[in-house]
Order: sequence, then structure tokens, then C-alpha cells
Amino acid sequence: MKLALTELRRRPSRFATATVILTLIAILLMFLGGLLDGLINSSVGALRVQQADAIVYDSTAQASFVRSRIDPELRATVEAVPGVTEVGGLGLVQVGARVPGNGPRELAGVALFGYEIAPSGVPDPPPDGQAYADDVLKTDGVEVGMTIELGPARTPVEIIGFVSDTSYSGQGALWASPTTWRDTLAANRPGAQVADGVFQALVVQGDVDDLPAVIDAATDGRTESFTVQEAVDAIPGVEQQRSTFGQIIGVTVAIALVVIALFFALLTVERTALYGVLKALGARSSSIFAGLVLQAVVVTLIAAVVAGTLVVVLDRVIPAGSVPLDVSVSRIISSAALLLVAAVVGCSFSLRRVLRVDPASAIGSGT
Amino acid sequence: MSTTHAANSTVTGNALELADVRKVYTLGDGSEIVALDDATLTLASDEIIALVGPSGSGKTTLCSIAGGILSATSGSIVVGGEDISGHNARQLTTFRQEKVGFVFQSVNLVPFLTARENLLVVDELGRRTGAPARERADQLLDELGLADRAKNLPAQLSGGQRQRVAIGRALMNDPALVLFDEPTSALDTKLGEQVMELIRQEMKTRGTAAIVVTHDERITHYCDRSVHIVDGALRD
Repeated sequence: MKLALTELRRRPSRFATATVILTLIAILLMFLGGLLDGLINSSVGALRVQQADAIVYDSTAQASFVRSRIDPELRATVEAVPGVTEVGGLGLVQVGARVPGNGPRELAGVALFGYEIAPSGVPDPPPDGQAYADDVLKTDGVEVGMTIELGPARTPVEIIGFVSDTSYSGQGALWASPTTWRDTLAANRPGAQVADGVFQALVVQGDVDDLPAVIDAATDGRTESFTVQEAVDAIPGVEQQRSTFGQIIGVTVAIALVVIALFFALLTVERTALYGVLKALGARSSSIFAGLVLQAVVVTLIAAVVAGTLVVVLDRVIPAGSVPLDVSVSRIISSAALLLVAAVVGCSFSLRRVLRVDPASAIGSGT
Repeated sequence: MSTTHAANSTVTGNALELADVRKVYTLGDGSEIVALDDATLTLASDEIIALVGPSGSGKTTLCSIAGGILSATSGSIVVGGEDISGHNARQLTTFRQEKVGFVFQSVNLVPFLTARENLLVVDELGRRTGAPARERADQLLDELGLADRAKNLPAQLSGGQRQRVAIGRALMNDPALVLFDEPTSALDTKLGEQVMELIRQEMKTRGTAAIVVTHDERITHYCDRSVHIVDGALRD
């Protein structure tokens, strides 16, 4: 093991190529992971920040805001469920917004939420006609104090502040009072307008185990309730994004494994004579192989640290809203862990070669 | 038979006792090659012998078996009082760590280790004594005239200096037997004689036995006796 570390210190150039390639792969891996997280967050942010033990849709809605209607009577049933402590309505309308200073055809896609219970990071509902905007809308030119016009009916909404990480379906969210939402819905989607007291979903807080199931049982199946995570997973496209990116990430890890396997197989072939000498001197195959694995781990760790640093810098430099990149410490660590596993597995392809090195090869030339 | 030889070896203090050692290789078509044919050889504890023979005569096979690198097909091998005839691979590895030293034809120093570190490799692979090993390494380097080259890499040493480092490495574990494989083949006559004088001096000073494999009759007079091997069979 000490021998392996000494070689790394004294002959770094020998490992430079593999380190550079692994760094590039690590950057790709972390970038892909950050893109996946960013895409998912931009789809589900608005739901993920809900302070809820259950999100309730009507049972015909298939977890879709557009298809769901919760009337006051159904809401009262939910409020009466033992253990429920607070119930708030939630409504959504997705429209194009005209932002002052932008061209007539340059519409910003927004998801306007009417809410009662403030989500995490969002203040209490503002007065009618006003809204908090997600900061991704800054790239569309939205500013505090500005009045933007929503939809074909140009419903005016004044922006009074910014919040973060609350996007929905790739659009920046606006957080407004239920009245503002209903007015916008009625003016721009007359076919979908709702009466006072009607919401598309309920945000429910309670101290009961498995609250979603309890609510659905209490409403006799007229509702379909989810935990926040389940509601997030049910958003259209989320599972497909996870699956697609998961496959791309898997292929990238496989490439890293092959790179390491090839590099260390080559290194082992080059060092066959040296291994023969070491074995003749009394080295065990296990300690030679352990040294190899240690070198692979060190090289991979260096690549992961460099890549992680670069990706974090990239995340800071890229303007919010331009690229859906969301770099988190957990994603960097999990990517590094995947690479380390690939390093150890890749090295194992050289084990047989190490075992087969014959110490007798160190002696003579066939005499 | 091997137990008797082990007992005798302890009593007599012989460095090496080979009795009727055979090494037979079976080829894919079922035919056999006899690399070593009933070899019987005894080395006293401080004896230096030259093992002389043409290419393919079995010199390397005999050394590999005596050095615990190769297992014999049959026969008894006792080195420094230890019967290694029935040792498995793991036991042979331990045996090599403790009882045998090698000086290879191509020297084969670890290229990224200094002269001192090349000697210490033996301790790191084996007993890991730490400070005693470092003292021994420094002492050996001093005796071999390499004290001022201890921190040099092999690429910074001359051929003769590298050879001396290899000798130091072979002596690190205070072996019962040192095997020299063509120690002068890569050196000119004068340097070759210097190396052989050094080998003789070091072996005799320590009372360590040695087998010097060579096809060079010019250096056999540095050894106590010569043993010839032809087609796997020993002839005195």
C-alpha cells in the first residue's frame, strides 16, 4: 500500500491521463445530475415547498390540477377528519404573461397559484391583485413593483417580492390570493372558471399516520390524496425525466468503469516484471492488488474533488433561470460515490492478471 | 525422508539440502519435459557455489525451487533448516520474506524508490519492523559504499551501484541463502570482478551461503566450488 502511494507521489505524470479523463467524466456526471435535479425542481418546486402532510385532489383528477375540483362541501368533510389540524385551498392557472419592456410576442410562461396556507419560503397570501414571483422570472425581466399582464385578458398583477425554488412544470410561479387566481382563471380560461370556495386541491396538515389514506377513507373515495413526495412524483414528466436521466447517468458511470479498467489493466501489463520481482521478494497478490485499488481510489477522488469544485463554480456563474441546473452537495457526493464504486470494480478486472504474475519470471531468461 | 533432512539440516547447519528433486512440466499434448532430474545438492551455511551450465540446462529451475518460487514435482528441499517441500503458496511467500534473498539478472530495483527505500521494501513486504529495518538498511548501504547515494533513484546510479543496491536488498532479511542470477552478465570484466569480490566479501563476512548462477567461467574462481548442470542433471 505504501509502495502504491509512493508511486503516485513520485510518478504523478503516469496517472495524469487517467485523472484528466476521469475528471471530465466526473464533471459530466455531476452536470447531468445537476440538470436532472434542476429539471425536476423546476417541475415540482411549487409542490415540494408545500407545508403539508397531504395534498388532496378529487378522485377523478388523476393528480392533475387542471382536472381537479374540490367544492366547499368536500372540503368540509376533509376538515372534519379527526387529526386534521389545518386545511388550505390551492389553485393553479398557467398563462403567458406580458412583461413591460418585452416585445408583444415575448410572453413569459407563468404558473399562478392561489393559496391559503403559505408554503415554505413564501410569505402569507398578499392582497388581491398582487403576487410574489419566483426568481427564475427575473430572466424574463420581471422586477419588484412592476405590473405584469396575465393571459389574453391581460389581467394585471403587481409583483411585490421574489421567492425561490417554487417553479412548476418548467414555469416560474406567481403566488397570489385565491381571489386573484379565480379572477385570472375566469378572465382567461372562462371554460374552467370556478365558483367562490372551490379549489383544485387542498393542502392539509394533520397529526395522523398515513393521513392521505385516512382522508380518502373519510370522503368515501371522492378524493385522491398523496403525501407531498407522492404528489411530486405524480406530476407528468417527472418519472420519465428521472428514468431517462438515470439511464444516461448509468451509461456515464459505465464509461468511467471501462476507462479505469482499461487504464489499470494497461498499468498492470506494464508492471508485470515489477510485480514478479515483488512477489519473488515476498509480496502477496492481495497486497499488490490492494495497492492497485488504492491508486484507483486516489485518482478517482482527485477527479471528483476537481470536478465538484468546477461544477459548483459553474452553478454560481450560470444565471438563474437560463439553464435548469441545480447543484447540491448530496448530488456531488453521490456522483463521487458512484465513481468510486466504478473505480473499485474497474480495478477488479486486473485482479486475475495480478494473480497470474509468476515470481519465477523475475529470475533469468529461460536458463 | 524430508523430516530426516530437516532434522539433519538443523543439526548440520546447512544452508541448502536438495535431495532427489525433480521438476517435470506436462505439455498440452501430454508429453513431459524434465527441467530438473533427481537433483541432489548440499550447501554449507557459508558456502558459495557457482552453478554453471548452458541455456536451458535447468539453472533457473533449480534456483527457483531452492528459493521457494517454484514447487518441485518430487524430492526434498530444506533451506536454512526449514523443509519447504510441502509448502503451499502462502507458506512459500512467507519463506521468501524471511529466509531467501535474490539478486536478479536485470537487477530489477523499483524505479521510483530511492536506494534506501529499495532496501526497505523487503521489510515492508515482510515483518514490518520499522526502526530496526531502517538501521539495517543504513548499515548495509554504508558497508556497500552507498551511504552517500541512499536518496538517489536507480536512474541516478551507475550499473555497478545498482547492482550493489540489489545485493543490499537481498541481505536485508538476513537470509540463510542468497541466489545470484547472472550477476555480472550486464557488466564489463573489471566491474564484474569488482562485483564478485564484493559478493564474496559480503557473504563470507556474514557467513551466508550463496548460489551464483552463471555461464561465465571467468568468475567461478570467486566461488568455493562449481557445480555443473546439463539437461537438468547436476554434475560436480
